[in-house]
Amino acid sequence: MESLYNFTSYELREKLFKKKVSSEEVVKSIYERIEEKEEKIKAFLYLCKKEEVLEKARRVDKKIALGEEVGKLAGIPVGIKDNMCVKGIPATGGSKILKNFIPPYNATVIEKLLQEDVIIMGKLNCDEFAMGSSNENSACYPVRNPWDLNRVPGGSSGGSAASVAASEVILSLGSDTGGSIRLPASFCGIVGIKPTYGRVSRYGLIAFASSLDQIGPLSKDVRDGALMLEVISGYDRRDSTSVNMEVPPYLSLLEEDVKGLKVGIPEELTGDGIDEDIRKRLSEAVVLFEKLGVICETVSLPTLSYALPVYYIISSSEASSNLARFDGVRYGYRDFTGEDIFSMYKKTRGKGFGPEVKRRIMLGTYALSAGYYDACYLKAQKVRTLLKRDFERVFKDFDALLSPVAPTTAFLIGEKIKDPLKMYLTDICTIPVNLAGLPSISVPAGLIKGLPVGLQITGRIFEESTILRLAYSFEQNSGYHTVSVKYSRQKPEESNY
Amino acid sequence: MLTLSEVEYVASLACLELTEEEKKIFSQQLGEILDFFRQLDILDTEGIEPAFHSIPLKNVFRNDIKGNSIEHEKALSNAPQREGEYFKIPKIIGGGE
Amino acid sequence: MSYYTIIGLEVHVELLTETKMFCSCSTKFGSLPNSNVCPVCLGLPGVLPVINKKAVEYLLKVALSLDCKIPHRSKFDRKNYFYPDMPKNYQISQYDLPLSQDGFLEIEIDGNRKKIGIERIHLEEDTGKSIHTGTIDKSLYTLEDFNRAGVPLLEIVSKPHMSSPEEAGEYLKELRAILFSLGISDCKMEEGSLRCDANISVNKEDFPELSRKVEIKNMNSFKSVQKALFYEIKRQTEMIERGEAIQQETRGWLEEEGKTIFMRGKEMANDYRYFPEPDLLPLEIDRIWLEEIKNTIPELPREKKRRFVKDYNISNYEATVLCDNFALSKFFEETVRIYDKAPVITNWLLGDISKYLNAENLEITSTKLTPENLSEMLSLIDNKVISGKIGKDIIEEMLRSGKKAEKIVQERGLLQISDEEVLWNLIRKVMDENSDAVKEYLKGKTKALGYLVGQVMKQSKGKANPQITNSIILEELQKKTGEA
Repeated sequence: MESLYNFTSYELREKLFKKKVSSEEVVKSIYERIEEKEEKIKAFLYLCKKEEVLEKARRVDKKIALGEEVGKLAGIPVGIKDNMCVKGIPATGGSKILKNFIPPYNATVIEKLLQEDVIIMGKLNCDEFAMGSSNENSACYPVRNPWDLNRVPGGSSGGSAASVAASEVILSLGSDTGGSIRLPASFCGIVGIKPTYGRVSRYGLIAFASSLDQIGPLSKDVRDGALMLEVISGYDRRDSTSVNMEVPPYLSLLEEDVKGLKVGIPEELTGDGIDEDIRKRLSEAVVLFEKLGVICETVSLPTLSYALPVYYIISSSEASSNLARFDGVRYGYRDFTGEDIFSMYKKTRGKGFGPEVKRRIMLGTYALSAGYYDACYLKAQKVRTLLKRDFERVFKDFDALLSPVAPTTAFLIGEKIKDPLKMYLTDICTIPVNLAGLPSISVPAGLIKGLPVGLQITGRIFEESTILRLAYSFEQNSGYHTVSVKYSRQKPEESNY
Repeated sequence: MLTLSEVEYVASLACLELTEEEKKIFSQQLGEILDFFRQLDILDTEGIEPAFHSIPLKNVFRNDIKGNSIEHEKALSNAPQREGEYFKIPKIIGGGE
Repeated sequence: MSYYTIIGLEVHVELLTETKMFCSCSTKFGSLPNSNVCPVCLGLPGVLPVINKKAVEYLLKVALSLDCKIPHRSKFDRKNYFYPDMPKNYQISQYDLPLSQDGFLEIEIDGNRKKIGIERIHLEEDTGKSIHTGTIDKSLYTLEDFNRAGVPLLEIVSKPHMSSPEEAGEYLKELRAILFSLGISDCKMEEGSLRCDANISVNKEDFPELSRKVEIKNMNSFKSVQKALFYEIKRQTEMIERGEAIQQETRGWLEEEGKTIFMRGKEMANDYRYFPEPDLLPLEIDRIWLEEIKNTIPELPREKKRRFVKDYNISNYEATVLCDNFALSKFFEETVRIYDKAPVITNWLLGDISKYLNAENLEITSTKLTPENLSEMLSLIDNKVISGKIGKDIIEEMLRSGKKAEKIVQERGLLQISDEEVLWNLIRKVMDENSDAVKEYLKGKTKALGYLVGQVMKQSKGKANPQITNSIILEELQKKTGEA
């Protein structure tokens, strides 16, 4: 029999409801898998105690056995990016400065997941405070790409992507500020969804850039992503920026025909900066979509070229303020050598934050400081308006946009870490989407030299169902999603796609 | 390049103690990044409203109804140092508002 | 060469909402430290603020009452600076689009009215409280209590339109009266629910280059605001006299020593890096909402004052004093409803009752006196059951115990003697004992009459009805005149 960890949550749900397997068996299989893989992959920062988790699984099994109503994700082992708060278990955000912090409350997404009876396995590794594209900025240890242990899994939700790709969990939650779900999904050959800004509550997500952050699912296929998105979406009165709007039944809308939909391919994201192999994959995808009756045309969004500076100014500015609360007063790490409060602050923050976080705090503080606000921060917000207008214009004629997720496939650990600007360029295709608040998905588009690559499909605000439908028909007709499932049956060193 | 004193000023605003090495690296790296940002200067944004939020919403309120505070012990449970009912911190001298 | 002074005030007012500005924790004063807190007001990782609608409405009430302009759009901003009483190390405040600006407050000084401009009123969150061990300059460590962190705070900034400490005092009194009547704050300066900073510059005509704006902090009563301003005028004037230029700086008021001291200079001014709060959405104040709020605004002190003068036949001064104290004016009107001699009530409220309130530092509402009890006591005087003097004697007990006048009078045996036979006997006795005074009177020294009445009052322990006593003595004396 095939190992249980290989299945999707949708498949496991069927088996669980039909009592063909128990949640306890699924969880046991997951622990076995973790034992086998984790040492190499390093996806977890905190793994919940096996006995406690099994107890929870048995409780779900009991409910099912008694015929009680259970949630949509009942008994499914899930991993949570470590920048979200789960009551009673540590949340570090991948930072030393949050050492020993145990949240006394649950993030809204966690409440929603628990309502649907998921089994939380633990907290997943990430770049410190979600700042990074490679996961090398984790204060603990970098995550390794399951496809090639010498390569990065992408960031910042590297643990979330690698754990799903390696079947250490069935589903995971990540967060996406400038591509942090989609990029690792692409590098690890799985599906990652960044919902419309305001679709999913941010309450309990340790803020990086408040106006850009969104939580989203990472999964083995589109159907699983849709299922998890359905669960975590919806208005939350604790998040003023969440939108009071009905959540469509994403799962049941997946199979609707894509024929007649119009898709644009932004020429700014298919230029020289993008690897030729990736551009080739994009062209093949276009051919496939056209076969399915989708109308594909090249479009131009000139302001996309300015998205990178706009993003780094806005996100760093917001971050510089959001991260001010890490000061050693109420929680987390404190340096005890300081004589007075201000030297305590400086030492705590100087030692508690890693280099990338410090760099961005410096950048953001600079951009907001007297004399630079207008030229830096305000200017960036104005260009953001231009960028949004560009998107609004093309979305009058097009239902979705198709592009690469990143200019390359997974790069080597250490390859870009010394050159921040080069690292920042990794996010060039994903960043504009966050600035405009749009929903976007990364869906596997096969392998290049044995490494996975994703396709980015971006939609109008609150039209997640359209991009899910396009991604689903692409996946079903290309069959690329089965690649990662096949992969996960092998040991990493044996993978030779 | 950012001058060392610019780096030091920004670091003091951000309450970050930097090593001499870090200051040197940041003055160069931040300089490069800021130069890269200057490409925005050529865009004409005269009369353009800034887009502070991704989604255009307004007037989101809560009613003035008491909810649950957290238990006193939980509030203090993560404190690096406490004394009785209070968070304990080093003395305050100068600074502030 | 003459000097003139320019004063502006920044007043912070804690709002009397049930819950905090951005979370649903209680705003109750005096709870166990760090008990009115939650993840939001403790600034834990991951939390988000949500605006308390009541706080916005309270601000709008104040703004409408001070004739401010209320812009259609407003927003919240982050003010970034590090301080341990501020959990997030930024304060959610309002920067360039405050909820209201450009209004005025009218004060009366020496019988003349003067408009003091209001620059802006905005909403923000209060900070927690730091408790220093040891002394401020030799502190060992600090303790933090976050109960107050996040309580809604109004900042009311005046224009620099005041020219003397007296005007500043009047402005504060009038402002407090308005805030009281709106019921949005308890305005207790001692408990910190009303705080005031002042900006002051002394200018010498033709030598403006010597003058700079100086900010004064740490004043904890209206009196200390005025004292600090007087001190500052003296200090700055003396500096200019010596030809010294005044520095732009922030100074702290030391109440015990009666002086201001240097706190920090202009070059230490913080770079607050304000930017729009991304976790909160913009506010749009529409007309319908404003209209609804307008309808909830009660009569304001200045309108009330005019009405009091007109309707109750009391002086402008009396009306001012009554209306400056919202609770007192309310008590007054409730009493007038039961007992219709407004000037008499005014005399009592502004006389003996205010004397007691001032001495005890109390509001009328925190005493046990009720309008009913006061009316009853005044009727007893009118009906000659007790004398006015006895009224004065028992009012304090009424304020303290809430007992009815009649009961106190009975308990103390103070009922007025109006029985002519009883009085007659007492008067005869007094006249016998004071035959010299009687002789004086008969010689034409009418003053002696007062002396005799006084003696009767003394012997009756104030219970003799003065009018009746007076007429009986006169009658007796006239008889003697006849005899003589």
